[in-house]
Amino acid sequence: MSHAELTLDEVGVAGEERPYGFKSKKLVMWLFIIADGATFGAILFAYGYIRVGSADWSRPFAFIPTIRNGIVMTFVLLTSSLTMLAAVRAAATGRVGMAVRWLGATILLGAAFAALHLREWFAMIAGGWSLSRNPMGGSPLFGAAFFGITGLHLLHVITGVVAISVVTILFRRGRLDASYIETTGLYWHFVDLVWMFVFPLVYLMNAR
Amino acid sequence: MQQDSTHTDVPAPPAEAHVETHHPGWSTYWKVALILTVITVGEVWMYFVPAIVASRVFVPGLLTLSAAKFAIVVMFYMHLKYDHKLFRALFTGPLLIAACTLIALMFLFGHLVAKLGR
Repeated sequence: MSHAELTLDEVGVAGEERPYGFKSKKLVMWLFIIADGATFGAILFAYGYIRVGSADWSRPFAFIPTIRNGIVMTFVLLTSSLTMLAAVRAAATGRVGMAVRWLGATILLGAAFAALHLREWFAMIAGGWSLSRNPMGGSPLFGAAFFGITGLHLLHVITGVVAISVVTILFRRGRLDASYIETTGLYWHFVDLVWMFVFPLVYLMNAR
Repeated sequence: MQQDSTHTDVPAPPAEAHVETHHPGWSTYWKVALILTVITVGEVWMYFVPAIVASRVFVPGLLTLSAAKFAIVVMFYMHLKYDHKLFRALFTGPLLIAACTLIALMFLFGHLVAKLGR
């Protein structure tokens, strides 16, 4: 390829050479993941403190339906990570149709996770739980911690589903290359990563 | 045909293939998925053993298993093990600093609580 045919994306911003040989969007995604990881880390750490500091902390979750639902959600999210990996590999080898199908599977699994999560939320709200109300009579901070942590994660899942949908459409139209799939995949694996801590710390540790 | 002078000065992009396409294969991904499933089963199993739930092992055990899953996903699914060393430094550096800060804070508060008798 001659220099005249190089696009802005290939050389970086304003023709600036990339000193380390990777695309800046990947670096930016890693920096975002570090910042977002710090946010989740701080929230989970604060949750640990209020949980230990509250003498009347509630443990409301029964195996059926909550823990079982959490196991299904974990399985769905882990599977979506695998479908995302398949999409990244297919996109990297130029198989656009295959990549789009795997991305579609990831979107469906992400939407299923969000639906399962929302179903559980609605069941808890119907049971009298809210950000400041504990129907079991224990610390009201439980509702704030539960809805706060799982809500932030759910927001990330929904954002991820929207982002993957947009990237899929643009990739299918040829307006984005395979590196965008990889970068979006990094975000999706991060969402999976956070759930690795949310499930045991928020669900299993609060089981009856 | 004469080229646009603004384009002829554009430097050639550095080679990216060696740092961006070296990813593990499907056999690795399946093994990692199996390990993650086994660890999750282990976490749920801990919940079913009352002696473990009542002991001091429960919370540290869950945290250790979560940390193991975290490391596995970052290394293999997010390709950090195979990626550019700058990404590894960017990710593990702040992570270590944050972990050390949190542990130091825990010891500090634990020490203060013990000293103040509360």
